[in-house]
Amino acid sequence: MFAASGLNSRNNRRQALIRILFMLMTGLLILPVLIILTTLLYKGGPAISFEFLFGNPTNGMTEGGIFPALVGTIWLVAVALLFSVPLGVAAAIYLSEFAAENWFTRAINLAIINLAGVPSIVHALFGVGAFVLFMDFGTSILAASLTLAIMTLPVVIVATRESLQAVPYAFREACWNMGATRWQTIRRVVLPNAVSGILTGVILEVSRTAGETAPIMFTGAAFFLPFLPESVFDQTMAMSLHLFVISTQVPGVPDELPFGVALVLIAMVLIMNSFSIALRIYLRVNKKW
Amino acid sequence: MDRQAVIRDAKHSAEAQQSSATSQYAIVTQDLNVWYGDFQALYDVTLNIKKDIITSLIGPSGCGKSTFLRSINRINERLSYVRIDGSITVYDHNIYGDHVELAQVRKQIGMVFQRPNPLPISIRDNVLFGLSIHSESRKKLPRNEVDDIVEQALQQVLLWHTVKDRLGRKATELSLEEQQKLCIARLLPIKPTILLMDEPCSALDAKGTEAVEELLWGLRGRYTIVIVTHNMAQARRASDECIFMLMGKVIEHTPTAEMFVTPAHKETADYIEGRYG
Repeated sequence: MFAASGLNSRNNRRQALIRILFMLMTGLLILPVLIILTTLLYKGGPAISFEFLFGNPTNGMTEGGIFPALVGTIWLVAVALLFSVPLGVAAAIYLSEFAAENWFTRAINLAIINLAGVPSIVHALFGVGAFVLFMDFGTSILAASLTLAIMTLPVVIVATRESLQAVPYAFREACWNMGATRWQTIRRVVLPNAVSGILTGVILEVSRTAGETAPIMFTGAAFFLPFLPESVFDQTMAMSLHLFVISTQVPGVPDELPFGVALVLIAMVLIMNSFSIALRIYLRVNKKW
Repeated sequence: MDRQAVIRDAKHSAEAQQSSATSQYAIVTQDLNVWYGDFQALYDVTLNIKKDIITSLIGPSGCGKSTFLRSINRINERLSYVRIDGSITVYDHNIYGDHVELAQVRKQIGMVFQRPNPLPISIRDNVLFGLSIHSESRKKLPRNEVDDIVEQALQQVLLWHTVKDRLGRKATELSLEEQQKLCIARLLPIKPTILLMDEPCSALDAKGTEAVEELLWGLRGRYTIVIVTHNMAQARRASDECIFMLMGKVIEHTPTAEMFVTPAHKETADYIEGRYG
């Protein structure tokens, strides 16, 4: 009475097949990551040393270290965040907590999504036009960071808005019904519960920003500049551009050098990402509803 | 004197009489009509709800009892498609007047919801939340005074003994019954005059319901309490006066004992005997 019919066994076989197929595809997905990481470790590992991390490039960038590029990348990302985080978080709070649902806010949301889809080279050209030339910042950290900030804004806004909306509506209602203003509600209840999500979004964005090349290429990152920047109006070297330059533009660079730069860049990104995961776990522990 | 003037004068004196008589009433509504878009939820609701007693609002789903409750502390207005007409006077003040500050309305008229909604902060901070919203943040109260406030509020809702050793724990870890009691407790430090309760026991089990009813009797006399309920037995047990509503209209408003023994209208009788609703 309960034995498998022909149809049952056919369905079961089909399911088993699909399952294996999808599992293989998932395996394929992590294959590139593994290959990249092992190649980088294998080929770039020998290049890593104290002098490599903390020395200047020498001999036409065919020898020496990457310190100016490392510091430059940190500058670029930090200044970019200085602009994109306050702006993005404020905009997201406005859109999610204050703005009425009407055609205007829908248009803004659409614009944000479209901004996220703009290719980075277009952002680069916008940066040249707006910050380097029009606002006359010249090619500088400021211009490059502003360009990066514009590029990262949509992600910051979307991540913030999503974590705000993940805070249950009942909490807001409870506050309003005790006579709290919208801002009191946001500051005391909504933001503290959304902060883990916002931070995660921001940190993931940092790791992406650190690797961007196109937007900084024409706006503030220098080919070769063996000193550290002193202000936001200086140009600077950057890891991503440095990697591009020594891989394609400079003859006679030993093999392990570009791999070493790539390894350091990816390590920076991975460290940031694991930091974000750890932070998320830490903040989650304190959250329960 | 012509006939019109006589009628006008009669009206005036009636109004004058009424305004002197309002003192025994906490909430007075006059011809209250409420629309949600095109749907009219309340029709000419005229009610006088007495001070310091418990009044229950009963009626089948969709009869407008929650709408009425939500009009009294003006949270209905948050929906942009709501239209309100008529007057609501709370302690002789028109709450729809020009110089009325919403924050003050909400402070004076506390509300408890069907689902307990404590904030995801500690029990202690939940009790103090209203206070911290409505006081200057710079002026910090001395620690022992704050402790007294917390203890008093929790004592009043009969929660103090179960939570006094874990005031720092998250309020969201409490049981539903305890959460609902906490939601009542956190209204008290800001000294409201009216407590509105929208089916406060519907998420609770029988034991929780009994406990909340017990605390309501404890609060009786200090606050004017209006409770919406689906539970006929609860209305009968836990209120002094009872209002029966049907299809957005008030059918009957009498002392509870009277309503359940000798209802004046057929609709009321049918409803309380469980023939519909």
